[in-house]
Amino acid sequence: MEALTNFINGLSLGSVYAIIALGYTMVYGIAKMLNFAHGDVIMVGAYICFCSVSYLGLHPLLGVLLSIVGCTVLGMVVERLAYKPLRNAPSLNVLITAIGVSYFLQNAALLIMGSDPKSFSSIISLPALNLFDGALTISATAVLTIVACVIIMVALVMFTTKTKMGKAMRACSEDRDAAQLMGINVNGTISMVFAIGSGLAAIAGVLMCAAYPTLMPTTGSMPGIKAFTAAVLGGIGSIPGAALGGVLLGVIEIFARAYIGTQLADAVVFAVLIVMLLIRPAGLLGKPVNEKV
Amino acid sequence: MSSLNGMSFNPAMNRRGFIAGVAGLGAMSILAGCNSESSGTPAGSGEATSAATFKIGGIGPTTGSAAIYGNACKNGAQIAIDEINAEGGDVQFEMNFQDDENDAERSVNAYNNLKDWGMQILMGTTTSTPCVAVSSETNADNLFQLTPSGSSTDVIGGQPDADGNVAEPRKENVFQMCFTDPNQGAASAQYISEQGLGTKIAIIYNNADTYSTGIYQSFKSEAEEYGLEIVSETTFTDDSATDFSVQLNDAKNAGADLVFLPIYYTPISLILAQANQMGYAPKWFGVDGMDGLLTVEGFDTQLAEGCMLLTPFVATAEDEATQAFVQKYEEDYGETPNQFAADSYDCIYAIKQAIEQAEVTADMDFSEICDALVEVFTSGDFSYTGLTTGGEAATWSDTGEISKQPMGMVIQDGVYMPLDA
Repeated sequence: MEALTNFINGLSLGSVYAIIALGYTMVYGIAKMLNFAHGDVIMVGAYICFCSVSYLGLHPLLGVLLSIVGCTVLGMVVERLAYKPLRNAPSLNVLITAIGVSYFLQNAALLIMGSDPKSFSSIISLPALNLFDGALTISATAVLTIVACVIIMVALVMFTTKTKMGKAMRACSEDRDAAQLMGINVNGTISMVFAIGSGLAAIAGVLMCAAYPTLMPTTGSMPGIKAFTAAVLGGIGSIPGAALGGVLLGVIEIFARAYIGTQLADAVVFAVLIVMLLIRPAGLLGKPVNEKV
Repeated sequence: MSSLNGMSFNPAMNRRGFIAGVAGLGAMSILAGCNSESSGTPAGSGEATSAATFKIGGIGPTTGSAAIYGNACKNGAQIAIDEINAEGGDVQFEMNFQDDENDAERSVNAYNNLKDWGMQILMGTTTSTPCVAVSSETNADNLFQLTPSGSSTDVIGGQPDADGNVAEPRKENVFQMCFTDPNQGAASAQYISEQGLGTKIAIIYNNADTYSTGIYQSFKSEAEEYGLEIVSETTFTDDSATDFSVQLNDAKNAGADLVFLPIYYTPISLILAQANQMGYAPKWFGVDGMDGLLTVEGFDTQLAEGCMLLTPFVATAEDEATQAFVQKYEEDYGETPNQFAADSYDCIYAIKQAIEQAEVTADMDFSEICDALVEVFTSGDFSYTGLTTGGEAATWSDTGEISKQPMGMVIQDGVYMPLDA
């Protein structure tokens, strides 16, 4: 029963990683860049939700909506100001810019919100589920996180396969120049991907802070790195891969912490990444691409 | 080709980027300016820099996850210095308080900055891990250091661990205002046993932190003597201080009826919230690191109801000195002072008293001052009575420890109440 509790906690943590990893993987798939500022968008989303609930006294659901809107706009603005001018620059420049944006967001949050940790008042106030006469307790937050992850995954897969905009997205990730020649608005599509990714980051931020209610300007950085690992594990550029990688990573992390030791848990997580890169560099669901020289 | 394309983008972008950058910098410096004006002013009236003014350095985390402690220390010391300077006696103080974000490396940098500023006495540092690093520096320089809350034995040095090894030699210039970690751990075990609070104990501690492991070790070795059974021992590190589901599950499955938390308040707030989510409600027992829990912004104080902790100071105490201090603190900083504020307030007054007894003057060099103050502190006829000494005169032994005992408190209706009552 203890293993089952740990498994469910792992699923919940993994679902958060998966939602964040979607943002990484979609942006990489289309813009071919690693948006290292993605983790900090989570932090901004959580702060927006915190402020609207704690300071403005809004309903938590409204707070979540506000934070989604805020992050979507933030994602598009960052893309427009920081990344679009570098569209044809070497990828190293874009990577360094992304790290710069990450620092900018963290320090802006430090200036505006201060460095004191804020406690994220519980947005989800449902009682925990008790199964098997109390032998198994599942928190409502864990259930909600897993459900939200599944809904988002299904919606995203439907979006990319069934809609015209989704098709445009896939076309851009296949071959950007050819897509442009076919009359697809590449810049618009990239902007849209940033918008969706950042909106998801806001949801991830709120879910994460509902489960682990401490909010600091650096809250997003470690989950951001873990989610990036998850995206690579699942195969960066692949949407189902990000979900699979995220969930796997969450479960591995919790089990490592429970049965190997808290100090080694992070080491185990990143060791999994290294092993994966050695055995299958494209990731679990990634397509191996032959580089033509 | 691609790099050429990149070049052609640059001129137009540079201008725009430059303007945006300048605007951004401007906004930042305005904000930073506000910040330093409101919080970074050196102590006392600026014109009081006469021959009688001692330069006191302070170090502590005024930002970051332990910021409540650093700010409390800074504010508490500031109140003491304002009072002393307003009285206008022979001994006047000027304080420069530096931020270390609870990081040893930054703390040593802050110490070096303070030395450049001309610091003669160090009141700090606030947290244990940086304090161990800084106390080695002050020891090498022979600069007098009194820490309000660096409770690890490695801060003062010369204390054998459980195996009898002395990791740090005694640093003769360093003294503590707080009780040491082993003292806290042992006192916690004694309290839990005497008050019959629980028999099956779970411990969650930070094994990357010298403060937390110090208390854990002494608690563990004392627990057996008091007939307490430790059923679950789990750890976390600063990097993994978000998810406590594994640790709480372990405690719950082991049937622990009391969880001992020798850690700082930020992880405690997370542990309480997560335990609440999973419907686990044991008794919680913390040490001085739990202080500050109630002032975390947005924290549901309902969760802390019934939490017990050891602290040398309680703001609801009715003696005149405490009341005056609490009132002044609330007026100046808009919140109730915690034990860290009281400890650093006591530090300043203890330093003042020692300066008067040693008859040192502000024009002496810091090493001479240090020798004289150390002699007074260890002389045996020096005692200090203050906010955190429980109404009794506290003395220092030449090990650097203070002779005072922690008191048990319990959180009831959002305030600390004495546990014995």
